[in-house]
Amino acid sequence: MMDIAARSGSFTLNWARYLGQLFILWAQTMTCAVTPPFKGTRSLVQAARIGPGSFVIAALVAFFVGMIIALQMAYQMVQLSAEIYIPNIIAVSLTRELAPVLTALIVAGRIGAGIAAEIGSMVVTEQVDALKAFAVNPVKYLVVPRFVGLLIMLPVLTMFADIIGIWGGYVICVFKLHISHEMFWRMVFHALTTKDIVTGLVKTVFFGMIIAIVGCHQGLMVRGGAEGVGKATTTAVVRSFILIIMTDCVITFVFYFLLKV
Amino acid sequence: MIEIHNLYKAFGPQMVLNNLSLTVRRGETKVIIGRSGVGKSVLLKSIVGLARPDSGSVKVNGVEVTNLNDRDYNKLRMEMGMVFQGGALFDSMNVGENVAFVLNEFMNLDRKTVRDRVRDALALVGLKDVEDMMPSQLSGGMLKRVSLARVMCMEPQIILYDEPTSEVDPITAAAINHLIVELHDKLKVTSVVVTHDMNSAYHVADSIAMLYRGQVIADGKPEDIRNTQHPVVKQFITGQALGPITEDENLIFGHVK
Ligand SMILES: Nc1ncnc2c1ncn2[C@@H]1O[C@H](COP(=O)(O)OP(=O)(O)OP(=O)(O)O)[C@@H](O)[C@H]1O
Ligand SMILES: [Mg+2]
Repeated sequence: MMDIAARSGSFTLNWARYLGQLFILWAQTMTCAVTPPFKGTRSLVQAARIGPGSFVIAALVAFFVGMIIALQMAYQMVQLSAEIYIPNIIAVSLTRELAPVLTALIVAGRIGAGIAAEIGSMVVTEQVDALKAFAVNPVKYLVVPRFVGLLIMLPVLTMFADIIGIWGGYVICVFKLHISHEMFWRMVFHALTTKDIVTGLVKTVFFGMIIAIVGCHQGLMVRGGAEGVGKATTTAVVRSFILIIMTDCVITFVFYFLLKV
Repeated sequence: MIEIHNLYKAFGPQMVLNNLSLTVRRGETKVIIGRSGVGKSVLLKSIVGLARPDSGSVKVNGVEVTNLNDRDYNKLRMEMGMVFQGGALFDSMNVGENVAFVLNEFMNLDRKTVRDRVRDALALVGLKDVEDMMPSQLSGGMLKRVSLARVMCMEPQIILYDEPTSEVDPITAAAINHLIVELHDKLKVTSVVVTHDMNSAYHVADSIAMLYRGQVIADGKPEDIRNTQHPVVKQFITGQALGPITEDENLIFGHVK
């Protein structure tokens, strides 16, 4: 009994400390991002590394999820003869929730892990020390471009996922459930309002920050060779998954109860 | 000028620097010798601020650096170059970009000037036409030399070399020694050279300091060190397997029971 209490106590303490460290890195990153000299090309290089590779997989996942929602909804709605509302559900659930979260999870797995591994191996080969010795701030040089790159790319990827996911639903609705083409799009645009898309994109901003900061933090914390790099990579993915889901819950809560959107 | 007083640095229970004091005068080449793992790299790192000491004082050009903030430290670091033991080249950049790192980062020079300065710096360390190679394609000795060229390119007043002649062939080692002496004679660079290589030490040093158990146990002119009667220093510089150092560590090399 005592053991469980003590363990959960130290678990909470570790997480609190960890979140504190993330917050400090975030604050440093923000400060560095707004102090000159600005090297915009570096952020664009990072954005270019994130975008194309993630696009295909994010699109694929969104397309199938769109189809899955259509089918799962049909299971109930057909009984109520309400299948005509399926396009609304697809559009709203994708833009508000599923496209942002799934895209963020994909990017966390692909890019967050890569960031942790890349920065981690720079730490173990003393490249980060070399940056410091050359009077270059590693946060400004390594973290800021990745941070900005993710803040640019994640909303873009999510918007693509929104569109392609709805097309996934279209395939099922039009070809299996015999909803007409015009009817499908009328219902989609009837249901979708700007605020659905905006709330989805606001989430991606937070998710992008989480992926960048968690990945960079794990990378910079690496100690001890290849094994440390491997651990950092796994930990970065696991922790960003947890933080993304928790943040999603908090933001949805805030939107629903406090901002009424 | 570098002045170190009563420096302590421990990693967990392991005391690495234990009340170490050392002075490197302006324009002097100080060679640091000592066994592997004695803390030579840690000493260099505490001069550039990569390892923060537990207590004691480190002054660089009269500025106390142990508690210096990053902005002021970076001003000092612009005058200091460190050649890392493992090279520490940026592996996402090619050799040319590595050598030009400081120029690209802090100076607004046109491409041609940068290219010329990179070529000159590489020539100083005996390398030619390697600008487009990636660090992963270089041998250990070449990495070391590119890392040296990267520091040459920033024209620092103080250079810290971590084993510049390990991993290179004897001819290149002699050339690097020659380069260190030239920087000393012509540009009045202050240098700290960590090495195991006693030939190199005698060649480049104005003075040699030996590190042992976290302290400087001998510090003097090369001749004085060469003719020392100190048993520990003597064992080290003559490279004997048996003697006070190995007895101290309860190590007996080359004897199978
Ligand atoms: N980051 C670190 N964490 C823990 N211990 C460390 C760290 N850096 C160095 N040490 C320890 O400090 C001691 C001195 O290390 P250092 O790298 O300075 O040795 P060295 O004199 O440069 O040896 P070599 O000649 O082999 O390069 C070693 O015993 C090492 O285990
Ligand atoms: Mg060393």
